[in-house]
Amino acid sequence: MRTESRPAALSIEGLRVSIGGHDVLHGVDLAIEAGRVHGLAGESGSGKTMTGLAVLGLLPHGSRASGRIAFGGRDLLEMPVRELNEVRGAKIAMVFQDPATSLHPMLTVERQLTEHMRHHLGVGRKEARERAAGLLAKVRIPGPEEALRRYPHQFSGGMRQRIAIAVALACEPEVLIADEPTTALDVTVQAGILRLLRGLCDDLGLAVLLVTHDLGVMSAVADEVSVMKDGLVVETGPRGQVLREPRHPYTRSLLDALPVPPGENSP
Amino acid sequence: MTMPLTGPLLSVEDLVVEHRTPGRPVVRAVAGASLHVAAGEVVGLVGESGCGKSTLARAVCGLHGAASGRILVGGHPVTPLGLRRRDPALTGVQMVFQDPYSSLNPRRRVGAQIADGLRAAGDTAASPADLLERVGLPRAFAGRYPHEFSGGQRQRVAIARALAARPSLLIGDEPISALDASAQAQVARLMRDLAVESGAGLLFISHDLSVVRLIADRIAVMYLGKVVETGPTAEVWADPGHPYTRALLAAIPSPDGAGVLPAELPGDVPDPADPPSGCRFHPRCPLVMDVCREKEPGFGPVACWLHEPEPSSPS
Repeated sequence: MRTESRPAALSIEGLRVSIGGHDVLHGVDLAIEAGRVHGLAGESGSGKTMTGLAVLGLLPHGSRASGRIAFGGRDLLEMPVRELNEVRGAKIAMVFQDPATSLHPMLTVERQLTEHMRHHLGVGRKEARERAAGLLAKVRIPGPEEALRRYPHQFSGGMRQRIAIAVALACEPEVLIADEPTTALDVTVQAGILRLLRGLCDDLGLAVLLVTHDLGVMSAVADEVSVMKDGLVVETGPRGQVLREPRHPYTRSLLDALPVPPGENSP
Repeated sequence: MTMPLTGPLLSVEDLVVEHRTPGRPVVRAVAGASLHVAAGEVVGLVGESGCGKSTLARAVCGLHGAASGRILVGGHPVTPLGLRRRDPALTGVQMVFQDPYSSLNPRRRVGAQIADGLRAAGDTAASPADLLERVGLPRAFAGRYPHEFSGGQRQRVAIARALAARPSLLIGDEPISALDASAQAQVARLMRDLAVESGAGLLFISHDLSVVRLIADRIAVMYLGKVVETGPTAEVWADPGHPYTRALLAAIPSPDGAGVLPAELPGDVPDPADPPSGCRFHPRCPLVMDVCREKEPGFGPVACWLHEPEPSSPS
């Protein structure tokens, strides 16, 4: 189905994950290309988030992963922790669902934006601060300079998520895993973030794995769409085909469950 | 219940609510908002985060004092909630909060928490189990603790607790945003059905316009502390008057597979501590005119100079 013209920036092959003897992923295959947004849809509990966490080696304790996650010619599942730490946060970054828990409540925004930047990129304090202010402006935080001195609790939920996205983008990653990044945001802000993600993907050749349950969001930014159900990818294909002519009955049922039927949306 | 049924159930007139933080300028979270909810009516209050919709809801419950303006529930002015027992006329206002993980007491059985509501209404006939049944949960769940429930079920428990107090006005402050997508529409519909069934008004606050469209009779759109447009849901959806409402609706991505990026509203949300002069939306408005920069449109239902009512016909 997919044209294999470009090498995948990240490819997941036969990923199986079990937690406490209970299988949550039963052989997931995904290929994420540079400059493309790959959407991963499905209901909660279908294994979307686990797939994202497995890439970064962030699976919960007591879980076992097998299969292969290839990035830059290496298997992330086999990689020693020390080397994995060079990759995650720098080359593969993640935006989590809940900004209230993904940001550190007791560190200033500046610290959270510059700490990993200085560690991974080796930039100085002053330059890191300038880049941080630039990033905040990019994700549309009003008054970036002043915002740097503030703490997460001083921002609204939507603002916090924008900061979390800025944190993920700080080291100019090659792969960005965004787990429901706009679920907590307003539609206008969501539109801005989706445009931002799309722009980063197009301009910097960022490969984005966008995990979302919102098929509207999926339709707006994703190039390829994969639909997951019970730990398996049941359908993968180009956006237009999956959302307009779904082949799998489960995808059809997801589309039918939308509050606003496709086609008769906003004016 | 002794409710004089003249006029709307809830009327908010020119409400101003201020947040004061030492060392910072006063933030007018609600800056002269007016809103009405009739009995049996569902009003959806939408707007971006930080526009003051939650603060308005909290003021209606008495959780925030008003700096000026009036809030009347069934003709009774709402007074800030203090340590003393609440005026019995105001126990008819009940709220369902955003996060059912923190709004339920983790150390008490849900039956006991629902019984609190029943006691507030002086209801001896109903039991907590009856209320659980009304929100679609098994009766036996009354003996359970909140951690034994999923997010959607917890929110149902919170709704049951609010309904137990026989509300005349139910307020949902983003009651569905902490829930799974599959549970959102269900819980929203449930709130609507239960409120309408019992003849109560429902003020449903959400940033999710597609859900508000599903359940609200009327929509009120809030921007930076003011209600900028009100109207019947279908009319507002089909023909939004205010440029801000238009931008909000255009930002909803459509799941049609066309890959169309939703329209972005240019500019930033202004700092509520330092709102722009004239119309509050003018720095971001695509249709801005000279008058917008100078004078604030103080009329309704569409607070925009493009929709100024004729001076001869009072609306």
